[in-house]
Amino acid sequence: MTTEAAIRVQGIAKSFGNLQVLRGVDFEVEAGNIVALLGSNGAGKTTLVRILSTLLTADSGTATVHGFDVAGKPGDVRESISLTGQFAAVDDVLTGRENLVLVARLRHLKNPGRIADDLLARFTLTDAGNRKTATYSGGMRRRLDIAMSLIGSPPVIFLDEPTTGLDPQARIEVRQTVKQLAGQGTTVLLTTQYLDEAEQLADRIAILHKGTIIQNGTLAELQQLLPAAEVEYVQKQPSLEDVFLALTGDPREADADDDRRVPAGKELR
Amino acid sequence: MTSHALGDTGVLTGRSLRHILRSPDTILTTAVTPVALMLLFVYVLGGAIRTGSSESYVNYMLPGILLITIASGIAYTAYRLFLDLQGGIFERFQSMPIARSSVLWAHVLTSLVANLVSVTVVIGVALVMGFRTGANVANWLAVAGILILFTVALTWIAVIAGLSAKTVDGASAFSYPLIFLPFISSAFVPTASMPAPVAWFAQNQPVTSIVNTIRALFAQQSIGGDIWIALAWLVGILAVAYAFAVTIYRRKIS
Repeated sequence: MTTEAAIRVQGIAKSFGNLQVLRGVDFEVEAGNIVALLGSNGAGKTTLVRILSTLLTADSGTATVHGFDVAGKPGDVRESISLTGQFAAVDDVLTGRENLVLVARLRHLKNPGRIADDLLARFTLTDAGNRKTATYSGGMRRRLDIAMSLIGSPPVIFLDEPTTGLDPQARIEVRQTVKQLAGQGTTVLLTTQYLDEAEQLADRIAILHKGTIIQNGTLAELQQLLPAAEVEYVQKQPSLEDVFLALTGDPREADADDDRRVPAGKELR
Repeated sequence: MTSHALGDTGVLTGRSLRHILRSPDTILTTAVTPVALMLLFVYVLGGAIRTGSSESYVNYMLPGILLITIASGIAYTAYRLFLDLQGGIFERFQSMPIARSSVLWAHVLTSLVANLVSVTVVIGVALVMGFRTGANVANWLAVAGILILFTVALTWIAVIAGLSAKTVDGASAFSYPLIFLPFISSAFVPTASMPAPVAWFAQNQPVTSIVNTIRALFAQQSIGGDIWIALAWLVGILAVAYAFAVTIYRRKIS
């Protein structure tokens, strides 16, 4: 058992009835890297993340996370990971602080209260910490969700479409958070359908298409495959976002008026 | 991992108890229907019912009312479990290094606490309405033990419903037959007054033996064989429901 690759996936296949979702996925993630798993809806991104986080068993193939086999040592894998799923997995009835304390207790850590307060401060949620999360905006829920995933400093973090359904400002907040993680040596596997997100955040990008990884490399390597088309697409895409953000204000000041934003429930469906 | 089972169950039970504290209406609504039934039976219908015993009617029917209270209270367990599954929180727990059984046990223990509170409220109202018992501490402990066993057995049925429901309504619909069962038992009228086939069903379904046992304990009469039939039913229901629930849970998380 070697640990130089934080995630190693070999020939993973998974079907649901007649639907073959994953048909032999192979790839590796180096420790400390942020890797974006890019793919359209239904490409199998979530299925792969669920297998790697021990929520689902593969039909065939092997996968190790932090050196532990996901099928053979699921308990050790769970000690080494945290998962932020597609829909913010926070307890609506509890406050933000209580959510963090709950996770810290379940990870059997000492001083759960202090851990919660530190994270609230780090994610600029201190003022909202004693409010029920049902009152949070979509961006705040996501930030809390990611904060909950950081408790206990797991070496590998799975973020399954962390920005899907968020407005542009909230999306930028989440991206800034993910970038901060990179500096601390955490391995992050991020799934997304936003091309610019993969471009901004990831050290490497793997493209999952029809159940297999069809390309895997750095942005520069991928750009060499199709230089012209890539550049044109990227130039058009951000322009509308730039206009939107310019019209609606600087996202970095958004924390101040979190309360006035769209209620969280709207973005969940 | 299993060494944390008790601690994890405690932490998760604390979480769902907090849910109840923040919506205490779940405990009150659980108690409202049985209290209304009790008022109806004691002050409207009870005068015409001949129980053949010297006990007051409120004494006669309280055991059945307590079972109805619990049967309606456990529906909230299915509801809360269903909501956990719908939101992402269930998956978050599953991807964490916690004892997996603790997720279900936390809901079962929460149900037990909530139902004991509801039952206490109903007994309080019954005392105001004239319920009297000479039961000693041992009798009360025996009644509590039977009610706890009844709650836990029915809650595991609720866990099955919560795990397999497709909609919120489906998650709680299973409890209606359970609430209805005490009506076709010795809870409100003597089974001898029923037509033969109905009386046969009433005499041989679990509620009658449980009601008779509790009634005898409250009245400090000899319990007879009823307690063993009641315990056999309760342990049997508990074992089957638990096995079913755990099988469904395993299938769900594998």
